[in-house]
Amino acid sequence: MNRIITYIVLNIVRSNIVVVYTLLLAALSWGIFSVEDNTSKGILTLLNVILLTVPLVSLIFSTIYLYNSSEFIELLLSQPIRRSTIWWSLFWGLTLSMQLAFLLGAGIPIYVYAPPDVGLIMIAMGLCITAVFVSIAFLSAILTRDKAKGIGIAIMAWLFFALMFDGLVLFLLFQFADYPIEKIMVGITALNPIDLARVLILLHIDVSAMMGYTGAIFKDFFGTTLGMIIALGILLLWVAVPYTVSLMKFNKKDL
Amino acid sequence: MIEITNLSKNFGKMPALRSVNLTFSKGECVALIGPNGCGKTTLIKSILSMVIPSEGKIAVFGESITNNFAYRRHIGYMPQIGRYPDNMTIRQVIDMVKDIRASTTKNRDIATDESLIEDFHLAGMEDKRMRTLSGGTTQKVSATLAFLFKPEIIILDEPTAGLDPLSSEVLKDKILTEKQNGKLTLITSHLLSELDDLVTSIVFMQDGAVRFHKSVDDLKNFTGEEKISKAIATILKNQSHE
Repeated sequence: MNRIITYIVLNIVRSNIVVVYTLLLAALSWGIFSVEDNTSKGILTLLNVILLTVPLVSLIFSTIYLYNSSEFIELLLSQPIRRSTIWWSLFWGLTLSMQLAFLLGAGIPIYVYAPPDVGLIMIAMGLCITAVFVSIAFLSAILTRDKAKGIGIAIMAWLFFALMFDGLVLFLLFQFADYPIEKIMVGITALNPIDLARVLILLHIDVSAMMGYTGAIFKDFFGTTLGMIIALGILLLWVAVPYTVSLMKFNKKDL
Repeated sequence: MIEITNLSKNFGKMPALRSVNLTFSKGECVALIGPNGCGKTTLIKSILSMVIPSEGKIAVFGESITNNFAYRRHIGYMPQIGRYPDNMTIRQVIDMVKDIRASTTKNRDIATDESLIEDFHLAGMEDKRMRTLSGGTTQKVSATLAFLFKPEIIILDEPTAGLDPLSSEVLKDKILTEKQNGKLTLITSHLLSELDDLVTSIVFMQDGAVRFHKSVDDLKNFTGEEKISKAIATILKNQSHE
């Protein structure tokens, strides 16, 4: 780990927002597991809560942090350091801090309460989703110089992935209810990292049996090792592509 | 040491630099002057790769700076408005820059020059956070950072704006010492009177183009004036009559 990442992580971990985020995740997780006597139901509730909060906080916090570190970036740029090293360090500094918050807040209660295999995949997905949305934050922060616009783009991205996407999918499902679109649905799921994570987790819980025919198709695809690997690969693409686009833009940016 | 050939930069449709050609060498102290918005800062930021030129080339020590980062180890830069992480103290900022700089080289002990901390009387306020500092004190920190690693090239953007007269003198003395050590100094400034005993040559810019680049002696002989400010005024008058 290079020195810049260390400085960024130390700086972020000390900020109140990350502490509050960790406490919030901890309160939600411990709360849900102790109220719900059925662990499976507890996991389902927690899953939905996590898939709303983790992307939101990762996205908005990272976007704001990037705008606020313009001074730091300028300071580093006058030193003999590659631009890509600066961007890379910022990315890992943010991702590692947010992942640490997730592990401390939600990881511990999940590890304590959930069955090992489900717990493991849930923690893994939480870490992946964090990285994905930090990466999307990098893209939205580099697209515009205006902080308000950048945060606006981040919020729109979250609304789209967390809420609107499911609406669109439902709409498509009803419109094409007469056609066999189950297989296409698998493809469409890949377009939303949150849905991808949700499907991967649901398939490890018994409730996948309740998802009907589509659920069976999903199980057929994502349930296999190959399907898992492909899904993880797509999640990694969701990290790599927005980050790479933002890096290309950052390399050409005038400061 | 620095060669600029045909450098142009457009911000959108606005040209900020129009094919600038300049060469600076060792031991020179160059003043970049010109009205507001004439492209001085853009030129300096281009040398630092903070602004990516639209056209043209810059070479530092014969190395092209395009897609190069290592050349910046030769440069100390003092920005016009220094901006630093708010919640760090002066000491932390200086230590962090030293630490990060050390991590970029294999040789972890790099020679540093912290004499400006003493000269500016910053030692007593090292525990103050950056956001609580006045503009002048922030400038002092910027100046300290610019000279910290004993760079061969020192670039100062409006160094004395915001500094009290005493501190300006401290900074000028420092620049003079470094000049005698054979370093190249680039200064932008509006205050021509301040530059009198300091600079060896002058670059006058207007609307993104270089109007003239002359040594101070040439300038004084040519116009018969003793003061730089008057000499420049004379030249500008003559040029506008042509």
